Amino acid sequence: MELNGSEILVQFLKDEGVEYVFGYPGGAVLHIYDALFQQDDVRHVLVRHEQGATHAADGYARASGKPGVVLVTSGPGATNAVTGIATAYLDSIPLVVITGQVATPFIGSDAFQEVDSVGITRPCVKHNFLVKNREDLAATLKKAFYVATSGRPGPVVVDVPKDVTDPGIRIPYEYPQEVSLRSYNPVTKGHPGQIKRAIKLLRAAQQPMIYTGGGVVLSEASDELIALTHKLGFPITNTLMGLGAYPATDKQFVGMLGMHGTYEANMAMHECDVLLAIGARFDDRVTGKIAEFCPNAKIVHVDIDPASISKNVKVDIPIVGDVKHVLTELIRELGSRDGNVDSAALEKWWRQINEWKSHNCLQYDRDSDVIKPQFVIEKLYEITGGEAYVTSDVGQHQMWAAQFYKFDKPRRWINSGGLGTMGFGLPAALGVKLAFPDSDVACVTGEASIQMCIQELSTAMQYMLPVKVINLNNGYMGMVRQWQEFFYESRYSHSYVDALPDFVKLAESYGHIGIRIEKPADVEGALKEAFGHKDRLVFLDFLTDKTENVYPMIAAGKGHHEMHMTPECKAPQSSERELA
Amino acid sequence: MRHILSLLMENESGALSRVAGLFSARGYNIESLTVAPTEDPTLSRMTLVTRGSEQIIEQIIKQLNKLVDVVKLIDLTEGEHIERELMLIKIRTADENQRAEIGRLAEPNGGTLVDESGDTVTVELIGSGDQLDAFINSVERSSIIETVRTGASGISRGTRSLRI
Ligand SMILES: Cc1cc2nc3c(=O)[nH]c(=O)nc-3n(C[C@H](O)[C@H](O)[C@H](O)COP(=O)(O)OP(=O)(O)OC[C@H]3O[C@@H](n4cnc5c(N)ncnc54)[C@H](O)[C@@H]3O)c2cc1C
Ligand SMILES: Cc1ncc(C[n+]2csc(CCOP(=O)(O)OP(=O)(O)O)c2C)c(N)n1
Ligand SMILES: [Mg+2]
Repeated sequence: MELNGSEILVQFLKDEGVEYVFGYPGGAVLHIYDALFQQDDVRHVLVRHEQGATHAADGYARASGKPGVVLVTSGPGATNAVTGIATAYLDSIPLVVITGQVATPFIGSDAFQEVDSVGITRPCVKHNFLVKNREDLAATLKKAFYVATSGRPGPVVVDVPKDVTDPGIRIPYEYPQEVSLRSYNPVTKGHPGQIKRAIKLLRAAQQPMIYTGGGVVLSEASDELIALTHKLGFPITNTLMGLGAYPATDKQFVGMLGMHGTYEANMAMHECDVLLAIGARFDDRVTGKIAEFCPNAKIVHVDIDPASISKNVKVDIPIVGDVKHVLTELIRELGSRDGNVDSAALEKWWRQINEWKSHNCLQYDRDSDVIKPQFVIEKLYEITGGEAYVTSDVGQHQMWAAQFYKFDKPRRWINSGGLGTMGFGLPAALGVKLAFPDSDVACVTGEASIQMCIQELSTAMQYMLPVKVINLNNGYMGMVRQWQEFFYESRYSHSYVDALPDFVKLAESYGHIGIRIEKPADVEGALKEAFGHKDRLVFLDFLTDKTENVYPMIAAGKGHHEMHMTPECKAPQSSERELA
Repeated sequence: MRHILSLLMENESGALSRVAGLFSARGYNIESLTVAPTEDPTLSRMTLVTRGSEQIIEQIIKQLNKLVDVVKLIDLTEGEHIERELMLIKIRTADENQRAEIGRLAEPNGGTLVDESGDTVTVELIGSGDQLDAFINSVERSSIIETVRTGASGISRGTRSLRI
């Protein structure tokens, strides 16, 4: 088959099985857009800002497990995409971002809309390529998809100069079936000796703890994780990125850990003697003060990226490998039904954990006259039967969604954990809805975050993507306000979002339905109404308590046992707890 | 501790900046870095001298290995190895006596006078970083006009090797 560069690009995407490309046109990609126009296999979704394209592709990838694909023009198109690329990078999400570039003879001449896209994105991609010859285009794209989706996934940028896509020059095209890179060979199988050592440690544990993260989701290893955890009978906690990989309603689940994790999860981390860490990267929001992290524990760490192991916390038994493979091996090695663990010790440990649990650290005032944000999430959970895909922005609302929506399945909780990118929620929800048109998709957001990519309401209209926006409108950058209350003597410097738009009218002006909810009694009705509109985007503007804080909270640089608790909760405050 | 890392990389534009970028982005220190093609035109070989605690060196090695352009890497300092660096040093000499003096300093260190013009001599010296440092320190500071050093390159002794 003889094709020009633009046709090769589009044909390749088709052959690679790409359903959607999220993009925005411009000079350097006009040839490609012309090729897109002449076919209907690869569907293009026109966003309203390139940041939106990357987040939408990212949401699609997180929900479906397939790589998200983005197409933007050179210069400002590429720079606008950078935030979304970095967002995907920090959460290890597979994206292939195709950026247009000025024609090769002009590279380096400060040509119109020229930026060094490969240089700008280098620190926030898994890898990137500049395609200098059209003969290399298909093979390079193949490498890009391979690198993005294998091993520890991540975004890959392919920078394509305009002359490479010249419609006038045709060359033979064949879909490259094979790809091999001599310098890139991700490990999958764990070392059998290390697995045996881990088993020995797990069997001897008196106060064990399982801590898992996004790697379990990325590895599609939920079933294996559930099987292993049930076999061991250990308590399990998930990071913000790992939620849903283990069912939140299971009785061995003790909630999220870390800065806004539950009392029981953090206390169990602090007191455990053996920690089994799986596909998690010991982020500082999770570990708190490193010197006080799991002070008594021997640590086993399963991760596909050797660089994640012993990066922040030195571990005792590293196992480099794919979670799915390693968990399968662990289950096999454990053999007998109960895995031969110390059940007497475990029983005692569970009594302690249940005591911690009994403090019910996530309590809030249920009799309040103002809408409590936690209440909205609880109702959202009820009304969607726990089955919705929930995306979020960044702030307090994100933490409440994580704490109060009990995710029982992986890939349902979609948020920016590593970069913490405000503006992520809405475009991500659109990507999710494209991947799962028949499922409920909710975007939990705040009045500050939503304004960072609000323009995508227009995209939602154009493609009929009836997601539900749950705006927890507290009139503040709540998360910032909370820190200022705690650590800056309530000096609320520039955290008040003044001059807010009327979100109801705003939604309506985009052609959607907007509803403002001011009383707790109206929360349930509004949610039911919104989810009743199967084919309309509904923007729910909940006016919530302006002063509510996220609890528990571990201040940056403190240990797991030094939590601030809500006044509603009777658990000992950090100052009262013995600071061992 | 000082470590000499030896890397085989894809001989592609951008590979060098990935390595340099990694060091600056993660705040690792680079003492010297040299890179040149090998007998295989698709590969270039880099020698990188860095310092850090064992934990930092471990991270540096893991992060370098993660770069898609890095084909293979060894830490030369883990075994017996040869380290060599080339230096050219231009020294001002007032008279014949001083020139002879420089010659006497250079020779036992394997140095050669590669240029004598006007009132300057240029010495070429090959050795370990320490040897070159020692030579510089033995010359009167104010008489040094300029020095240029290649940075260390190295190779393992015996059968240990870095090849694909
Ligand atoms: C406002 C705010 C508050 C936050 N508060 C908290 C908090 O209280 N608690 C919390 O947990 N987080 C919190 N976070 C998120 C935090 O910043 C990190 O993003 C998160 O903790 C990282 O999760 P993770 O360790 O699961 O790593 P991820 O970023 O999900 O990384 C996945 C790990 O798994 C590995 N991996 C990937 N694929 C595989 C595979 N196939 N096999 C094996 N390993 C694999 C990767 O190499 C990596 O090490 C907060 C974020 C924000 C924005
Ligand atoms: C792009 C970006 N800028 C700044 C921040 C810092 N930041 C984190 S949370 C937050 C406030 C979010 O406010 P809102 O969306 O109203 O959510 P709330 O905390 O009130 O629920 C800010 C400014 C960020 N995470 N992302
Ligand atoms: Mg707010």
